[in-house]
Amino acid sequence: MLMYTIKRLLAGIITVWFIATATFIAMHQVPGDPLMNDKAVSSEIRANLERKYGLDKPVVEQYFIFLGNMLKGDFGISFTQQNRKVNDIIRDHFPVSATLGILAILFAALGGVMWGALTAIYRNRLPDIMIMFLVILGISVPSFVFAALGQLFLVNLNSFVGFSLIPVAGWGTLMHMIMPSLVLGLGTMALLTRLMRSSMLEVVNEDYIKTARAKGLSPMRIFFRHQLRNAILPVVTVLGPQIAAITTGGFVVELVFAIPGLGRYFVQAVQQLDYTVIMGTTVFYGAFLVFMVIIVDILYGFIDPRVRLK
Amino acid sequence: MVSTFKPSTFKPSPADFSPATSNVHVEQISRPSLSYWQDAWIRLKKNTRALISLYIVIGLALFTLAGPYLWQVDPALQDLNQISQSPAWPKTSILVGPYQRFTPVIREDFPAEPDEYLEDISPPQNIRIFEAPTTQHVRLVWDPVDGAGGYNIYRNQRLPEGINDLGLPLGSTLGGNEVSYEDRLNLESRDYYYSIVSTDGFDESYQYETIKVTPQLAITFDEALDRGLIQPNEDRALNSEIELEFHPFGTDYLGRDMLARLMQGARVSLFIGICAPFLFVMFGIVYGGFAGYVGGKLDQFLMRFADFVVALPFLLFMILFKIAFGIGPGESGVIPMLIALIILGWPSTARLVRGQVLQIREQGYIEAARLLGGKNHYLIIRHIIPNTMGVILVTLTFAVPAAIFTEAFLSFIGMGVAPPTPSWGSMCNEGVKTMLSHPHELIFPAVFISVTVLAFNLLGDGLTEALDSRMRSRE
Repeated sequence: MLMYTIKRLLAGIITVWFIATATFIAMHQVPGDPLMNDKAVSSEIRANLERKYGLDKPVVEQYFIFLGNMLKGDFGISFTQQNRKVNDIIRDHFPVSATLGILAILFAALGGVMWGALTAIYRNRLPDIMIMFLVILGISVPSFVFAALGQLFLVNLNSFVGFSLIPVAGWGTLMHMIMPSLVLGLGTMALLTRLMRSSMLEVVNEDYIKTARAKGLSPMRIFFRHQLRNAILPVVTVLGPQIAAITTGGFVVELVFAIPGLGRYFVQAVQQLDYTVIMGTTVFYGAFLVFMVIIVDILYGFIDPRVRLK
Repeated sequence: MVSTFKPSTFKPSPADFSPATSNVHVEQISRPSLSYWQDAWIRLKKNTRALISLYIVIGLALFTLAGPYLWQVDPALQDLNQISQSPAWPKTSILVGPYQRFTPVIREDFPAEPDEYLEDISPPQNIRIFEAPTTQHVRLVWDPVDGAGGYNIYRNQRLPEGINDLGLPLGSTLGGNEVSYEDRLNLESRDYYYSIVSTDGFDESYQYETIKVTPQLAITFDEALDRGLIQPNEDRALNSEIELEFHPFGTDYLGRDMLARLMQGARVSLFIGICAPFLFVMFGIVYGGFAGYVGGKLDQFLMRFADFVVALPFLLFMILFKIAFGIGPGESGVIPMLIALIILGWPSTARLVRGQVLQIREQGYIEAARLLGGKNHYLIIRHIIPNTMGVILVTLTFAVPAAIFTEAFLSFIGMGVAPPTPSWGSMCNEGVKTMLSHPHELIFPAVFISVTVLAFNLLGDGLTEALDSRMRSRE
């Protein structure tokens, strides 16, 4: 287990290096340069600016400076936001995105497991058909449409109760968080429901369930201890990659609901071609996702003893 | 007794050398043998959901390819007279002459300034419509009231519930004897409630009088000529009816025909949605097939590289590559999006194909073919690739909705195609802004995306079941 963890961590570090390099190369392929955004400047000012940002050095040297700074956890200064460090932007706005993402994942996992188990129990009966119809809808409808519909619903709800019960947009209180995390988690929840249903159906026919029944265990105990625990394994496996989907899905939800998260800043930076912010957030997000997947995989070992033995 | 064969007695005749025939009839209990694909097709046909999805996909292809020939409306043509029109049946309009200036009705028998200021002034009575109301102009006249120094005119789209619900303030007349008003402000063919409130020149009364007016759709000769509804040499009578442009799906915020835009948007969305998966699956086949077939150190190296590419955060790098390939924000970039999708999409197929190749390489029939003298390229083309085809087809079907989603997502956040090129995603982006007042601008592209993704997903499910031999044994 320890060897496995170390191996995965090493691979993760190499992956992050790969991401950083790919980001660096991609950003240096961009036509023009970061200073083109500014007003026309004389060549001296331009040379000064290039020296300030280290753009006058050869590309290889720039690459090693970039890597060195990254190791120190320094992503540089934003090009468009005066005197604002990329680190500050990440520190200020990442917690918002993380809160939103965690709520969405929680919602998706709980909902997915619950609905999936329910559909498996009511297989081919009305609840199953209804939920599976909603699941197909959840997989096929883009998240921005859900976001728009969610806002529409809130507008109607608030005008129905006569005061702002759940705010339509913005961030701050728990009430603000409900709708965005619901919308963000919806796609993942649909996926997990489908997965949970099929794995639950497989588990139901296993021998150990028959044994448990024959032993005379109560249905509740069979359901929670034997069926649910075994059926939940595939759900945990996809949770890692799904964190990535939720993180990027957050971009749209943050835009639509006007949430000051890192995703919105990333989109903004892309639109303004704010190079350091783009590079910093990409590497940060990349590293975050890589290590989240590793953590989920390691946790998986604790849930499933078969993995631990390998 | 040993009978011996005497060759001299054997006289062979040609009949002895004819092929032996058997007159034993074996009962045939076999069906005509089916190929893998024939079998899969039969099983797919039994799956109603998959079959309906297949028809939807064919229908979408027709909509995209043949649609623009059947519905020849320029998707980029802006018509600012018809912005955000809801879907409707063909509309007719009456032709009217050029605009004639309206001279306000002044009652000479009435003072412009009130003689004495009253505590409260009654609202104007007997409001009537002067001339027939059209969308060109609505003209109102009313009877003056004592003590009025002017009148304020409001317009609402529903019956006012009180003095604070009169709607849009249109204007006012300056003088108690000016008892008419002409409204030319963005008139549509719908019910309007005009309310008139008297003022004493300074303060407004608390009473109002309302009249309901339904203007008739009308366009002038010049406008009809401009829009090509009538020919220059055509002789049309005034007040005659003409047919307006037909917008079955309504128009968008610039008055562009939604149906034509949906068709053009389908070209972008489906082009990306089908081309990108097709290309990266092809690349994945070559890469994975090569790695799987070569094996050894090279295979290890190639697959390790694929692992790294998989680890790249997909959408972040989609955006990054889109910028890197020379397309800044706000520029249309179908090709960069395609390239970015291919660069990031291939590893999953490559892994899958490699796994399949490794598995199939060990199969008995490959061994047999090799023993029979099959060359490498023959083995790959004749045996290995056809046997991985089923899995690849399923991957392809599931990659299509993913690519359509990616395109829609990018266009929605403004990193996909840029105006004026429409795509379903960018149309959604525009539609969201007017979601409350004109929902059709969001609903149509969103429904098209959803139905397409749904159809490909269900088709993929059906294909998985039809092509998977394990599923077959389960029946």
